[in-house]
Amino acid sequence: MCLAIPALVKSIEGNEAEAELGGISRRISILLTPEVKVGDYVLLHTGYAINVIDEEEAEETLKLLTEMASLEEELEGETP
Amino acid sequence: MKFIDEFRDADLAKAVINRVRRNSKRHIRLMEFCGGHTVTIMKHGIRQLLPETVEMLSGPGCPVCVTAHQDLDKAIALSREPEVIITSFGDMLRVPGSYSSLQRVRADGADIRIVYSTLDALQIARGNGDKSVVFIGIGFETTAPTIAASVMQAKEEGIENYYVLSLHKLCPPVIKALLDSGEVKLDGLICPGHVSAVIGSRPWDFAARDYGIACVVAGFEPLDVLQSVEMLVSQLEEGEPKVEIAYRRGVRPEGNLRAQELMSTVFEPSPAYWRGIGEVPESGLRLRKEYQAFDAELCFNFDPGPTLEPKGCICGDILRGVKTPLDCKLFRGACTPEHPVGPCMVSSEGSCASYYHYESL
Repeated sequence: MCLAIPALVKSIEGNEAEAELGGISRRISILLTPEVKVGDYVLLHTGYAINVIDEEEAEETLKLLTEMASLEEELEGETP
Repeated sequence: MKFIDEFRDADLAKAVINRVRRNSKRHIRLMEFCGGHTVTIMKHGIRQLLPETVEMLSGPGCPVCVTAHQDLDKAIALSREPEVIITSFGDMLRVPGSYSSLQRVRADGADIRIVYSTLDALQIARGNGDKSVVFIGIGFETTAPTIAASVMQAKEEGIENYYVLSLHKLCPPVIKALLDSGEVKLDGLICPGHVSAVIGSRPWDFAARDYGIACVVAGFEPLDVLQSVEMLVSQLEEGEPKVEIAYRRGVRPEGNLRAQELMSTVFEPSPAYWRGIGEVPESGLRLRKEYQAFDAELCFNFDPGPTLEPKGCICGDILRGVKTPLDCKLFRGACTPEHPVGPCMVSSEGSCASYYHYESL
């Protein structure tokens, strides 16, 4: 019910935008995310963008997890 | 898809699981509040991958599941009113009320239309000026701003035949009610990602501060959930419960201020009745005075009749985290996704449906 999926904003017209999700184009409302820009990804929920996805934070999270993975690999190597 | 595939990386997931296994020393009970998280956990077998020290419980975070019988009966009664078109998200149609379901009254001739968005419901209202179009407003803080937006839009455009039956629910108050009941002992909470995208992480502070519950806001891919479990384990092993955000690409501590503003312009908190939990103060939303012309509850005179709860269904206990679907005598027998007795089997994110589809016998 609270499902929201990433959609790429292709063009903006007033409170509406054309967004692409998994190859499909859809008209969405950006009333709740007035700060959105073309090229941003948004979290799309029942036809409305409910937040702009922070790409830097996404990269940061993946970097953290990758570091965790290499640390785990080292630790596993140490275990006899 | 971007922001999805990266968060399903099997090697990274394995590393996070290894870390949880190594770090988790004492037995802890974590609740995933949101039905979306339950689906991720069941679908990817996450419970089985975690060490025995980490116990996972499902919470009441499924709006369809927590909609009370009496509220469903209201929607059904409204659908029988003359010249009324009911618009609803699809999940609600098959949920049994006391005597019927929206699906059954539709088969009997009621005009009930499934919509994906309130934008569609507004469109139906514009195209049917001679009828009243009622939107069945269910959902948490994720959905409520979109419904508020539709009411504001209707007011702006002068659409006078659009109404909302507001059955919205708010998440932090019900978590507080669960913790106050003392029925379920929890150590940590996986906080709902998309509810928090709207309200932010701060409304969860009370759980860490007043109840000593570790809280992590999580996204919905398997790696998101595993990362949140890892963070919860670390917090609890270190003995410092606090509120953290794992889902940083989607959630800011302050949330979406514009969405919050819209929600509070149109709605005000009210008591709400939760299936299995009962009445929880300030956990619902009703339309404010200025928007009462759109309130289906006030604008129609309908009688839902007395409430009748189904016999043997333990959805209520399951929603409180006291029992699991495997404890229910009806599970897989009298109650299946094809013939659901309770709402937890109807909604794809209900615990019973998740267990039915993903838990091996």
